[in-house]
Amino acid sequence: MNQRARILLSILGIVLVLLPAFAGNYAISVATLILYFAFVGQAWNVMMGFAGQLSLGHSLYVGVGAYVAAAMFVNLGIAPWAGIWVAILVCMAMGAAIGFLAFRFGISGVYFALLTIAFAEFTRIGFDHLQWTGGSGGLFLKVAQREQMDLFNFRGPPAMYYYSILALTAGALALCSWLLKSRAGYYWQAIREDEEAAQALGINTFRYKMIAVLISSAMTAVSGVFFAFYYNNLFPEQIFHISRSIEIILGPIIGGIGTLFGPILGAFVLTMLADGITEVLAHFGVEVPGIKQVFYGVVLLVVVMFLPHGIWPTLAKKIGVAK
Amino acid sequence: MTALLEVREISKAFRGLKAVSNAGFEVPQGGLVALIGPNGAGKTTCFNMIAGVFKPDSGEILFQGNRIDGKRPDEICVAGIGRTFQIVKPFAGLSVLDNVIVGAFNRTKRLSDASKAASDILDKLGLGPKRDLPASSLTLPDRKRLEVARALATRPTLLLLDEVMAGLRPTECDQMVEVFRDLNAKDGLTILLIEHVMRAVMALAQHIVVLHHGEIIAQGTPQHVVRDPAVLECYLGEETEV
Repeated sequence: MNQRARILLSILGIVLVLLPAFAGNYAISVATLILYFAFVGQAWNVMMGFAGQLSLGHSLYVGVGAYVAAAMFVNLGIAPWAGIWVAILVCMAMGAAIGFLAFRFGISGVYFALLTIAFAEFTRIGFDHLQWTGGSGGLFLKVAQREQMDLFNFRGPPAMYYYSILALTAGALALCSWLLKSRAGYYWQAIREDEEAAQALGINTFRYKMIAVLISSAMTAVSGVFFAFYYNNLFPEQIFHISRSIEIILGPIIGGIGTLFGPILGAFVLTMLADGITEVLAHFGVEVPGIKQVFYGVVLLVVVMFLPHGIWPTLAKKIGVAK
Repeated sequence: MTALLEVREISKAFRGLKAVSNAGFEVPQGGLVALIGPNGAGKTTCFNMIAGVFKPDSGEILFQGNRIDGKRPDEICVAGIGRTFQIVKPFAGLSVLDNVIVGAFNRTKRLSDASKAASDILDKLGLGPKRDLPASSLTLPDRKRLEVARALATRPTLLLLDEVMAGLRPTECDQMVEVFRDLNAKDGLTILLIEHVMRAVMALAQHIVVLHHGEIIAQGTPQHVVRDPAVLECYLGEETEV
């Protein structure tokens, strides 16, 4: 990171920390959403961007993380600070199962992606029938009084959620930047580029792919816990749905797969775009069903066509922070 | 001299096609051995069995006295055998230096150490000025050098070279020969190479093993092998006049 990058990152950090002081609740909710997608995008990026393992079923870890912590809270009265560890462990176990099946039996590429979708799908169906978590009817957390901050039970005003997800996103950025400079980071990139050559250089590719999956699933589990306590209601049909998995991966793809800042930038661009389109359409009184998705799709198409490596690599060069 | 690598009667068939049958040879510690033969003779299959890509159907491979046949490629690399690929496999998205750092991490956990070791090797192979370029931008001769640099970075005791001279111009080939001779003489690196370019084989090898249809038809010193009637008949006759 050069000096300019350090300065810009500090400015961004300060702006984000001070944001609740001058922004209203709506702006904070948008910022929270952006940071949420930045965090979970970063988590996905560890697997795909760093290690080259395409997961199209990351909603699995969001959902399981959310359900585990929320069900423990609602049914057993266990605070999320304890539940989150269980959520992480359960998600890592599921990641390990998928990874083991795939990597031990040489399932890779699109077939690996299909396997991740399959797991997310049958977990969804399983939760539809799991009465302990409310089945398909959903699981609801009591909406607490917004003004009171109850940090222990993770209930409180929007700013509390905002600062939590901000801290998580900053932590994820720091973690990923450290990982990329570590031996594991180099090994992942080698595996991503050419697995056979990586193995010939002494890399236990099975072990390092498993590590990527475990880290990614653990991080995504944390985002799931946040999701549960922020939105307060969980439905298997929604949280495990493949469209959720796609939503997660769009940020890093648009921002720049494998880059540190891509997931953050992508989350910002996409969320602002979705909200912007809604605003503009409302302003002109356009009420055509599905028009928002069409605009959204067109923008994605344009970015993919003209910036196939995402926005960040090009932007980084323009503002002089690329290396 | 004791044998660093002992290949004992290994065989490998692919769906009934015998790629290698009962091939046995030795590579002495500090030696420079060439494995030659016409296309399809089973040279690369032999290599892949030593490097752990394939498990031999029968026979044994011993490295420093220990069985290595059937081990995974990464275990074999850690044990001290580095290899290059005939069809080069650079990590295209990474810089030249990062490519070699990946190899250097085989012997250290610290990025600073790996980076230093990688830089030294790049300088030795003349790739120093190109260290920050993406590997995808290299020309074929440079990719071949990168392939060697990456394998060397794992700090092997035995280096397996799979046709690294192919596609190089004679002067580039001579430079490569010089590098390997140097590594063998000064660093004591043992080298086993597959090579079609006889210019390089004759300049480098102390011992030549000739494979034909998966079987070893001759082995010995270069002078001995090039006079062997069986070798001349199948393969070397016209090549030696180059």
